[in-house]
Amino acid sequence: MRLEDATGEETGGLRRVRQPLPHDSAARHVTGEAVYVDDIREPAGTLHVVPGWARDATRGRIISLDLDAVRAAPGVVAVLTGADVPGKNDVSPALGDEPMFVEEEIEFWGQPVFAVVATTREAARHAERKARFEIEALAPVLTVEDAVSADTTVLPDYQFRKGSPETGLATARQRLEGSLQIGGQEHFYLEGQVSLAVPGEDGDMFVHTSSQHPSETQHVIARVLGVPDAAVTVEVRRMGGGFGGKESQANHWAGIAAVAARVTGHPCKMRLDRDDDMIMTGKRHDFRADWVLGHDENGLVRAIDMRFFARCGYSADLSLGVVDRAMFHADSSYFYPDALIHSRRLKTNTCSNTAFRGFGGPQGMLAAELMMDTLAIRLGIDPLDIRKRNFYRDGRDVTPFGMKVEEHATLHAVVDELEESSDYRARREAIAVFNSTSPILKKGLALTPVKFGISFTLKHLNQAGALVHLYTDGSIHLNHGGTEMGQGLFQKVAQIVAEEFGVSLDRVKITATHTGKVPNTGPTAASSGTDLNGMAAKIAAEKIRARLVAFACERFQVEPDAISFQDNGVRIGEETISLGQLAREAHMARIQLSATGFYATPGITWDRPSASGQPFFYFAYGAACSEVTIDTMTGEMRVDRVDILHDVGQSLNPAIDIGQIEGGFVQGMGWLTTEELVWDDSGRLRTHAPSTYKIPTASDVPEDFRVKLFGSTGNPSPTVYRSKAVGEPPVMLAISVFSAIHDAVASLNPGEVPELDAPATPEEILKAVSHMKRSRARA
Amino acid sequence: MRQELRFLHRGKVVELADVRPTETVLDYLRLRRGLVGTKEGCGEGDCGACTVAIGRLVEGRLVYQPVNSCIQFLGMLDGAELVTVEDLAQDGRLHPVQQAMVDCHGSQCGFCTPGFIMSLFTLYHAPDAPPTRKTVTDWLAGNLCRCTGYRPIVDAAMEACFQVADDAFSRRAEETTAALVEMASDPHDLRLGDKDRFFAAPASLDALAALCEAHPDATIVAGATDVGLWVTKQLRDLPQVIWLGRVRDFEKVEETPGGVLLGAGATFSDTHAFMARIDPDLGELWRRIGSRQVRASGTVCGNIANGSPIGDSPPALIALGATLELRKGAASRTVALEDFFIDYGKQDRAPGEIVTGLYVPRLDPNHAFRCFKISKRFDQDITAVLCALRLTLADGTITEARLAFGGMAATPRRAAKAELALIGARPDQPASWAAALKALGDDFDPISDMRASDAYRREVARALLAKSLVEIGGTPDERTRVTGLRGGETSNAA
Repeated sequence: MRLEDATGEETGGLRRVRQPLPHDSAARHVTGEAVYVDDIREPAGTLHVVPGWARDATRGRIISLDLDAVRAAPGVVAVLTGADVPGKNDVSPALGDEPMFVEEEIEFWGQPVFAVVATTREAARHAERKARFEIEALAPVLTVEDAVSADTTVLPDYQFRKGSPETGLATARQRLEGSLQIGGQEHFYLEGQVSLAVPGEDGDMFVHTSSQHPSETQHVIARVLGVPDAAVTVEVRRMGGGFGGKESQANHWAGIAAVAARVTGHPCKMRLDRDDDMIMTGKRHDFRADWVLGHDENGLVRAIDMRFFARCGYSADLSLGVVDRAMFHADSSYFYPDALIHSRRLKTNTCSNTAFRGFGGPQGMLAAELMMDTLAIRLGIDPLDIRKRNFYRDGRDVTPFGMKVEEHATLHAVVDELEESSDYRARREAIAVFNSTSPILKKGLALTPVKFGISFTLKHLNQAGALVHLYTDGSIHLNHGGTEMGQGLFQKVAQIVAEEFGVSLDRVKITATHTGKVPNTGPTAASSGTDLNGMAAKIAAEKIRARLVAFACERFQVEPDAISFQDNGVRIGEETISLGQLAREAHMARIQLSATGFYATPGITWDRPSASGQPFFYFAYGAACSEVTIDTMTGEMRVDRVDILHDVGQSLNPAIDIGQIEGGFVQGMGWLTTEELVWDDSGRLRTHAPSTYKIPTASDVPEDFRVKLFGSTGNPSPTVYRSKAVGEPPVMLAISVFSAIHDAVASLNPGEVPELDAPATPEEILKAVSHMKRSRARA
Repeated sequence: MRQELRFLHRGKVVELADVRPTETVLDYLRLRRGLVGTKEGCGEGDCGACTVAIGRLVEGRLVYQPVNSCIQFLGMLDGAELVTVEDLAQDGRLHPVQQAMVDCHGSQCGFCTPGFIMSLFTLYHAPDAPPTRKTVTDWLAGNLCRCTGYRPIVDAAMEACFQVADDAFSRRAEETTAALVEMASDPHDLRLGDKDRFFAAPASLDALAALCEAHPDATIVAGATDVGLWVTKQLRDLPQVIWLGRVRDFEKVEETPGGVLLGAGATFSDTHAFMARIDPDLGELWRRIGSRQVRASGTVCGNIANGSPIGDSPPALIALGATLELRKGAASRTVALEDFFIDYGKQDRAPGEIVTGLYVPRLDPNHAFRCFKISKRFDQDITAVLCALRLTLADGTITEARLAFGGMAATPRRAAKAELALIGARPDQPASWAAALKALGDDFDPISDMRASDAYRREVARALLAKSLVEIGGTPDERTRVTGLRGGETSNAA
């Protein structure tokens, strides 16, 4: 696929944005020169830290802990427990419910109780296994069902109400109900959790870490060290993947490394082994979604009652926002005249589930799409027609949380175009013919929409800062609060700054995120990295440019509109000088060539207690059409073809956007198909390595994979260069794969709704197939 | 006796005496050499971030294979060329595979990228690989990427890998070959360490047999694709390691009139084409064992000797009637493969005894063979259930059946009751084999684990037997399979 074809739009005089430039680090990625935390040349005397835990405890009180053998092991310098934490023994983002080291009650299998500091990582790992625990076992609460019956939660229940769902359901022509289990997902960032803490003078601590939220990591480190935030500096150049898994989950390990550095006086590095990482850190929440739907004979939804039961794990972490976002997306793209959307945040003795690309949105949307499929099967109407009938449109445009969907025309345009370009109707017919003559293999097809709300639903996170310096040689130092995890944020923001100064990208130095340069930042999350930081950097650049223009007007006696920044130079009237020359002259005239930029998203008025106001700045749209084949004897499944059309507004960088769309789709497909987290009856995670937890490989991606950017005329909301956020929405394009599998199973007994939960592993598909075959045999 | 490890790196022979028995290549690179371009992603050979290329002579020709450096012991580099991601760009110019990855936007977070680059480098140097996306996705099955969705990486491979190799490595291939020949000509046994803790690599079968008899507790290593994990994950101390990789002619694969004879050092890669010639299903099974990295290191005999209850290859080999050759000191013996597996973790191998080879009979014209692997993911996954069936047919009637399963019991095993019930049945008459499907239920009592439940294993075992019979009975496999078509893959969209 050629990118020029994919963008389908003009660049309108812009020179740097809109260009499909490679990732800023691409050349360093391919040569191995890109430096990740574990690659930083270790300062002399660096020690290595490994977390210690009880391998036979899921939940229990610690009666005694014998660490003598650990201390005596070769290479061990220190062993840390809760008593060694100089500040507060808590690494939670906010609520004080996550001890760095458990002191009393172990709450999940894998929870750290101590840490070993040794001269080598290998020595620390060997020593760690010598700990002896005496634990009084307590009955663990493991599943959604366990937690519902034990009534354990990490946070209070919450709901949206719109109109009168009770009346709506009571008066609807027909009612349907269902329940769906939705599995969680391991992030499997290729670079595991890692931090390097270097102690300084006067209680200072400098920490290199792989965190999406350096400010919060800084605050947690300060908290555990018992020092002011100002004594702690956190730097992040790049992460080897994040996906939400390093939004709050990096804090724990950075905190331990910092405490180890404080206690020993040495630089200390903590890099989790992959198994420990998968066992100890949180994942995408698994959910049960129960629903009742009232509708008319044409398949128009009259009212819904949806109840989400989220397994949050042992602590709250980010579960408030995650489950809220599931509720915000329980409408998918559909208008519910009356609605009750209820949620429970269940506490279980499992790792604390956390942010994962989509942040609850995928779970909410999957439930909504399965409702549409169910409705279609029951009424014998094509699922795409049911979907389109229920889309938001004029007069039917208010969400269950009271926000008006203004841009529904984009939703319609995206879906209509994809319906056409994917040849949906003809393939639907071809598949019906195939299925009627194929007893073993069955095909399924689905075209599903995506509408994803952009903005943090926690209002205060919708702000960002940037710091831009122009040096007197014309080179530019760019810094902002966003972090680079592979998504291309740094390059997009650099393109924006290059555009402002009219310079080529090689003049813009991209620098590591640093809490000493831009403070009090939010996490790089919620797809908002470019919207927020790109705008902040643009504002900073504009400030410097405005000062240069004012200076040049005076110096060269011209009007402002006679000055333009282009081609690495500044055109002043008839004359062009280099940016460096103008910078030098401005500097001699004592003009400030450094500026901060600050941006706060406008129009966000969401008030959670009253469940009212506007939580989102805008929506991003997309649609995907997937075709699959299932083997009804074994449950094996193959994705045959995928067509995607996705709305990124006017793209800042079409290559990076296509990369986000394809990568997000494949990650979502993994979540719904091969990626199965398995806990045993005693609460031990059994899938804690890539040998047992299967993310997609290259061959799982269909050869016939057609991805296009929607030909947008620009985001109607005033975002940076009218672009749209792209990080998370594509994950939900993968719901089309699940829906297509559902469709293939449904072909076995027309009119009956398959009982298919996520992920649709071969075993799950075969279970659903067997159920259909049995009920057909009975009929 | 030689006491220094010798391998080629950047055109020079590296000699090392201080090598710990289970020190990994990855730790050597990152911790000792400060070459941090090679990454650790999982430490168990499943993600490929640590992939390096190993150059060796295969029948006199220089071949580069991808290897997971996280579970490869340093001593195993003896006599080989080591290539890492730092070595590819020359004079500030990217290697063609690196340039293609940049041009195609093949990296996002970049952490997996060095591993992909090295796998692509080995594909770039594989002149016989068919230039298809299927070749590429198979070649990259052992490299996980969580960011890109793979499409741009496959594009990069299509762009860069299927041209005549022209890089610094192809240009100095003659010198490299000469250096490898020189190292390979060393007739001496290699021993790194002392008498208690050592990495030993005997140069001959006699020396190997003597060494194993003298050190019955030593760990015998061929590819280390499993033993590596004992070290990196179980943190086991293996003080004495005996590596088979230098035993002369141990990697040989010979075709005899009746079958194929594999040396104990023959890897899955070495044997793949031979197996595919016996039957396409066997070739496809081989393709789905581990990844290219695992198959380049892992040996068929090691897969057997190690006694995994899944052991992808044993059920198929049992169905084919393979026999295993063993040797202890000077004494050799042969056992039927099915008799080698006694119980969970227990094999018919005495302390100090070694597996020296495997004989796999070819199929006769009156044989029909099918083999299926079920796993959550098609590529590079451990089997939930493996079914292999060899029928002897006379005029369409079954006169003999060898039906073996993996993942259904503590060992790979034959289904005796179902085999018996198959005698006299006709594959083209489903009613005639209904009893065999039923009997299969009495043959096995599988367990539930993270890969599959017992119920699924039972159901799918029956389904695979039925599918085998349906196909042998004449139904074309494009009507019965979503993957692994016997005639090769076709386009699938409606």
